[in-house]
Amino acid sequence: MTERIVGARLHYEDSATLERFLATGGDDGLRKAVLEMRPEEVAAQVMTANLLGRGGAGFEAGRKWSMLRKAPRRYLVINGDESEPATFKDHLLVERDPHQLVEGATIAAYAIEASFVVIYLRGEFALGLERVQQAINEAYARNALGRSIFGSSFSVDIVLQPGAGAYICGEETSLIESLEGKRGFPRIKPPYFPAVIGLYGEPTIVNNVETVSNLPWIINHGGEAFKELGEGRSTGTRLFALSGQVQRPGPYEVEMTKITFRDLIYGEEFGQGLRPGRSLAAFIPGGVSAPWFFPEHLDIPLGQDEVAKAGSMLGSGSVIVMDDSSCPVRSAWRIARFFARESCGQCTPCREGGAWIDKIMRRIEEGEGREADLDLLLDLCDNISPGIKWPPAQTTICVLGPSIPPSVNAAIQHFRDDFLIHIKEGRCPHA
Amino acid sequence: MSRFTGEMLSRAEELVSLYPDPRSATIPLCHLAQEQDGYVTNEAMAHIAELVGSSAAEVQGTASFYDMLKLEPVGRYVIGVCTNIACMLRGAYELLEDAEGVLDVPVGATTADGLFTLEEVECIAHCDRAPAAQVNYRYFGPLDRESFETLVTQLRNGDLDDEVPPHGTLLRVRREAPAVIPMEEIDRYRAQEAEREKASD
Repeated sequence: MTERIVGARLHYEDSATLERFLATGGDDGLRKAVLEMRPEEVAAQVMTANLLGRGGAGFEAGRKWSMLRKAPRRYLVINGDESEPATFKDHLLVERDPHQLVEGATIAAYAIEASFVVIYLRGEFALGLERVQQAINEAYARNALGRSIFGSSFSVDIVLQPGAGAYICGEETSLIESLEGKRGFPRIKPPYFPAVIGLYGEPTIVNNVETVSNLPWIINHGGEAFKELGEGRSTGTRLFALSGQVQRPGPYEVEMTKITFRDLIYGEEFGQGLRPGRSLAAFIPGGVSAPWFFPEHLDIPLGQDEVAKAGSMLGSGSVIVMDDSSCPVRSAWRIARFFARESCGQCTPCREGGAWIDKIMRRIEEGEGREADLDLLLDLCDNISPGIKWPPAQTTICVLGPSIPPSVNAAIQHFRDDFLIHIKEGRCPHA
Repeated sequence: MSRFTGEMLSRAEELVSLYPDPRSATIPLCHLAQEQDGYVTNEAMAHIAELVGSSAAEVQGTASFYDMLKLEPVGRYVIGVCTNIACMLRGAYELLEDAEGVLDVPVGATTADGLFTLEEVECIAHCDRAPAAQVNYRYFGPLDRESFETLVTQLRNGDLDDEVPPHGTLLRVRREAPAVIPMEEIDRYRAQEAEREKASD
């Protein structure tokens, strides 16, 4: 039986209700934290657990907290702006276990002694917004939020903020700008971390939904117990989002490093393989910003460092499967087009480079390409992210720009013949 | 009917009072304006600026950045078909074409009866139900031509009125909590705490 942490309640039909939450250990973590532990003890447990941020960058949550500048006012922002293509784990957590999210956010607020907390959810999550607001209302009603939580000396408010449709707002400094009522333009670094200068210029911690959803379990079972799951730096479990051309796409929570991509894609309890007669062409291990993997990578375990060592990233934990009926030119074009559309427009390499890559890829896909286009595409990629290496070099304020080259480069390097058929014969070999 | 009045005005003021800085209410107020008028009108943006203490230009600058905030009228139902990678691999472009056929409008247009606006959207995080679509941000999937046609018929007949409110109504659950703990109170508490620590050193 695979260990379940953030997804422990998801098999219940009524997992989103307060009754189910309270009947399955809800509030225990928060009670223990505010009544029996000091804030620094809570933070120490999270440090011991080595909980890596589940948003994409994989930064240690405890270390992030420890960087918080000790100003009188400090803020906590929960990032639920999940928009990385093919990532849908936070969508599930906010809709199906909103109470766990609110409990986790309150524990985090206690640990860093936040003055004020905002849960920023993607605007498109209409149902999730309603459920999280309901959970917040119910938390106030039973004194799990607000003044003197459970009779302790800790008081805090949580406000729910809807986004309004912009991928870039998942970038934490952009999210903060959006939260200040502005366009979602990422801020110039340094400072590298909002922990130094964040919301309203005050120190701010930005944590992902799944990250804080782990906190009730960590407080109940201890950081050591969390660390015993997984291996090395990859501790605990992760909610992997499997999508694309598999028989059974879905969210699967598994212990880190204990299964491989082959298990996830082909396993009976997971993806159950491809459609009959199909073979695997490629898969993306961690969201569309990540370099592609191929059949020879199937036996890599689902772990942070294991995937990084093989030249890609676990990122947001979303695995996209492409079988041999799909056109790699089209897939790479669609990913490039996404970034071109979502570029905020501040930096020239991303704004112009992305738009040109989109146009050139499209003309190749439509059979209007030229042979010189392949070198032109790589040259554009090199201008956005010099050397087209991994991890990528950066010429822009944020990492959206450098996220464009990996897919384009992977498709050109591995499926050159597909490109050449499009260009020379004006047709798609997969049509 | 573009400035906030009556019940809408009190909801707007409630939202503004939630934040340490009123400008943080800009986007929530734009959503509220959409709930009132179906889109964000110039008058609403001017009123939002008054309420949060910025200028109409700043509010427009913000509103025009975000895909969900419409600065021009849209249909009662805004249908967004996702064509991003996970949906594309499972037939999203075919679905989008079917949607154009069923609604008899091209992507980006609104039907003559003002009922439907069709959009092509980026990933909506419903990838395990691909190909997926959203109607006023309520999710449906997996869809094919037949189930899409059924969905449109149901919307037209009002069968989904409980599930899918008119465009602009995002959050039907209102905040019930008591007034926010004043920042000044927290500041004061922190200052006392710091002094106590100093005294004990």
